[in-house]
Amino acid sequence: MINSSLKHLGQMLAKKEISSVEMTQTFLTRINQYNPSINAYIALDDSKTLAQAKAADERIASGNAEPLTGIPFAQKDIFCAKGWQTTCGSKMLANFIAPYDAHVISQFNNVGAVNLGKTNMDEFAMGSSNETSYFGGVKNPWDFDRVPGGSSGGSAAAVAARLCAAATGTDTGGSIRQPASLCGFTGLKPTYGLVSRYGMIAFASSLDQAGPMAKSAEDCALMMNVMTGFDQRDSTSLNRPKEDYTRGLGNMQGAQPLKGLRIGLPKEYFADGLDADVAKVVQDAIAEYRKLGAETVDISLPNSQLSIPVYYVLAPAEASSNLSRYDGVRYGHRAAEYDDLMDMYMKSRAEGFGAEVKRRILIGTYVLSAGYYDAYYLKAQQIRRLIADDFTQAFKQCDVIMGPTAPSTAFKAGEKADDPVAMYLQDVYTIATNLAGLPGMSIPAGFSPSSDGKPLPVGLQLMGNYFDEARMLDVAHAYQQVTDWHLAMPEGLK
Amino acid sequence: MEWANNNWEVVIGLETHTQLKTNTKIFSGASIKYGAEPNTQADEVSIALPGVLPVLNKQAVECAIKFGLAINADIPARSVFSRKNYFYPDLPKGYQISQFELPVVGKGVVTIQVPATKNSEAYEKVINITRAHLEEDAGKSVHGAVEGMSGIDLNRAGTPLLEIVTEPDMRSAAEAVAYAKKLHELVQWIDICDGNMQEGSFRCDVNVSVRPKGQEKFGTRREIKNLNSFKFMTQAIEYETRWQIETLEDGGTIHQATVLFNPDTGETKAMRSKEEANDYRYFPDPDLLPLEVTAADKARVKATMGKSQNEEYSRYVNDLNMFPDDARAITTSRQIYNYFESVLAELRTIDVPTVTQNQDNANAKSVANWVINTLGSYLNKTNLDISESPVPPNQFAKMLSKIFDKTISNNAAKQVFEAMWAGESAGDVDAIIAAKGLKQESDSGAIEAIIDEVLKINPAMVEEFKAGKEKAFNALVGQAMKASKGKANPAQVNELLKKKLAN
Amino acid sequence: MALNTTDIKRIAHLARLEINEQEAASTLTKLSGILGLIEQMQAVDTTGITPMSHSQDVVQRLRDDVVTAANQREAFQANAPKLGNGSTSQAVDSGLYLVPQVIE
Ligand SMILES: [Mg+2]
Ligand SMILES: [Zn+2]
Repeated sequence: MINSSLKHLGQMLAKKEISSVEMTQTFLTRINQYNPSINAYIALDDSKTLAQAKAADERIASGNAEPLTGIPFAQKDIFCAKGWQTTCGSKMLANFIAPYDAHVISQFNNVGAVNLGKTNMDEFAMGSSNETSYFGGVKNPWDFDRVPGGSSGGSAAAVAARLCAAATGTDTGGSIRQPASLCGFTGLKPTYGLVSRYGMIAFASSLDQAGPMAKSAEDCALMMNVMTGFDQRDSTSLNRPKEDYTRGLGNMQGAQPLKGLRIGLPKEYFADGLDADVAKVVQDAIAEYRKLGAETVDISLPNSQLSIPVYYVLAPAEASSNLSRYDGVRYGHRAAEYDDLMDMYMKSRAEGFGAEVKRRILIGTYVLSAGYYDAYYLKAQQIRRLIADDFTQAFKQCDVIMGPTAPSTAFKAGEKADDPVAMYLQDVYTIATNLAGLPGMSIPAGFSPSSDGKPLPVGLQLMGNYFDEARMLDVAHAYQQVTDWHLAMPEGLK
Repeated sequence: MEWANNNWEVVIGLETHTQLKTNTKIFSGASIKYGAEPNTQADEVSIALPGVLPVLNKQAVECAIKFGLAINADIPARSVFSRKNYFYPDLPKGYQISQFELPVVGKGVVTIQVPATKNSEAYEKVINITRAHLEEDAGKSVHGAVEGMSGIDLNRAGTPLLEIVTEPDMRSAAEAVAYAKKLHELVQWIDICDGNMQEGSFRCDVNVSVRPKGQEKFGTRREIKNLNSFKFMTQAIEYETRWQIETLEDGGTIHQATVLFNPDTGETKAMRSKEEANDYRYFPDPDLLPLEVTAADKARVKATMGKSQNEEYSRYVNDLNMFPDDARAITTSRQIYNYFESVLAELRTIDVPTVTQNQDNANAKSVANWVINTLGSYLNKTNLDISESPVPPNQFAKMLSKIFDKTISNNAAKQVFEAMWAGESAGDVDAIIAAKGLKQESDSGAIEAIIDEVLKINPAMVEEFKAGKEKAFNALVGQAMKASKGKANPAQVNELLKKKLAN
Repeated sequence: MALNTTDIKRIAHLARLEINEQEAASTLTKLSGILGLIEQMQAVDTTGITPMSHSQDVVQRLRDDVVTAANQREAFQANAPKLGNGSTSQAVDSGLYLVPQVIE
């Protein structure tokens, strides 16, 4: 059951082969068994969780079930969930009990899904290894010596270790896709504006986007049906007609379901810096796509190389301002001892934030400070447009873009922890879509053996045009019909 | 203004924060009603909980558009909200959402009347408005509740403000105050601000600098923060100007600073908390999209605005024959205007048989006189606002209709008004007239009888009249009115008396 | 635009982050590395390029001016921090959030 698709889990519940309480209990038991070593969850509350499961069973019994009713999900601790400890991976919010539900949480609650708990994450989503969490690192289920990626590292490990049916994540520069690649599952960052940010603790407002982290494209499609939709509480939420993201999946049958699909291969994504083993897995996956009828087109995204510098201006700038509300006045950490107001601010914030968060606040403060705005912030916004324009050009030649998700497989904990620049390069292939606001996806494409012989997952990245998630999910689904990488589970966790 | 010598010129610019007349905050659905218990109107957005987001209030935008239209300003198709970053306990997000590079209202003009003084004539002056932008208010710090601590109340945080900024166009405290008063009138006239200065709905920051007469370059300015009375504004500017001139004449220099006016000492003093150089790190707020104002939006808002003060003034003087001073007095305040117009409207609904359209217009003059003088003096005496008048427009109109249909005399009406004000007979006009026996005698038979009696007992006066003494006629009228105990209709008395004497 | 520790301390103060001499030094090294990365931008000619703040060219939606929020003071203040300086009670009094005396 733990390896079943969401569709199958839904069918089991509908047919009363299992109750939601039993299904939830199965996952809670696994969590009890494995979470102490993996550290995927920060907050668990069995009574709350089981109460939801019980309500779901009643709803199923009354005949009002939705496709995801009664299915247990893990929620990234970036989403406020009423009555739940909501920390964003920070000491600053270690004691914060959210008094309201994020839009994403409400959407899951409205369909009667079950919340298993809040998952670990890099502090305020700033990181690519989950090592910046105040609540400790998360183990990669494929190799406990290695990181799961980040910032949605807890959700990633929970999905990979089957400690949930699926999970939510957020992606500001690759935080859904890079962990999906490193942990071997399917993750989708939607077009900016499709999923409301209300109640999702802000890192970089113009880039943050929530999305599904699940075993398969089909699972992601079902979650997209729940997570997306207009929300008037978020000014950047797009008012578009509701879509059924599963609508095309059934067409991905036969020998060449992707006939006519043009896959763009950006030369910049296969250049220096890409691990050779990763490159091989990605090329093999692309070969598989050709077998499915797709043709490949060489394209160029010339400005994409600038996405890291641009990102490390814009994201810290927005973050430095977004994180000013954590001042120890109304909620969150306040220093135990202080002299006056200034001292209270300085100490509370210095104690409440971790090193990486403080670094980004400092960068952001610096690039926005008097005299530097034009050289940094304005310049970055201009290059951001160039990066977006590259994609506009590219999508004239192709329907989807493919390439690696991350430059390497999972790295060892501590390996990059003291070198921020090396860490930032983890997101070299993912950031450009955040800057452009485009959808991006990572799907399991195979394994590459680590130096110590353990198989480590490799992700293939799909990038689509605005609002083209349904097609991307079809394209991913077609691949997952003929491969079973997405069903692989780490030995020892089966 | 008088200072040691006449070699200096003061240069003044104003930044005025007007609180917009909305039900809710600029970025959330929390009420902005004044006087609520601390933090009971501080919703999740007002206290900046993690994860909350702003959504712009439509009414606040319409207020800004109204203002732009009223001052003939450029209203750009797009404006942008920015974050002004600084830490302060009453600023829960650590930034204020404001507008920086692209404000909702661009350049416009306000024409002011500077009143005459003993040294100068009254004159008109055009003040250029640089811009007006939408922003959110901060909360309040309450001191002294707990020893050594300040209490933070965020009810006011997020209240919509329109900050109106002038060019440094004013050259005296009198001009600055004339501008502030005019602006105060205007924002109330277009109904975007309640104008309540005690509650902080209209607060002025005044930038003051001085320069030697004839010098083109501006001197260094100091900003007097948060003046909430015109009297204090005059005092503060005069003190500040004198202080700057004296400082310069003593060989000192002026440093740019933010100062506060202390009404107890009448002095201005630099603020301690603002000493640290500010670096606000403005950048466009990524949580908000560009604000679009289309031509259609402007047309729609314009259609709701009614006439301008000037238009109404002209109509009163030209069409309704009102005295210019009365017309001016009524059009200075939206509240007085509304009251006056309500009385006129009520009067039109009361069936007064003898009142024709022309008389209706003629009556406006009389209504204006009653509103300004009678009601005005009662309001003054009791320190009430016209909106708090115990005599509502409909009762006022009813009383006036009784004058126009000759039920009561002008003098009797004053007694009726007094009784209405005091709430006698539940303020009901008919009941008061009945209770006080103020009904005017209009039965010509009864009046004739009185006149006959008066003529009979005053033969000497009749003789004098016939001998050509006009005064005697008035004396006879007086006698007749007296005999009727003031209830006879004076016009009727006049007419009948003339007829009798002619015989 | 090379930074020194004085700059770091100034920025840290602006951001209200207490930082000691030693932290300022190690922060300087890391921040300089990151700024070096960022400097790559300066090679790009961006003359005439409109800055991009949002990925979609949409305009601000407006909210009807209707009160939708109820008083939730007690629920919100349940999250108020401990007062500190020896007091373990919450930093609220009579509905107000308590902070050290604000000087005007
Ligand atoms: Mg100002
Ligand atoms: Zn302002």
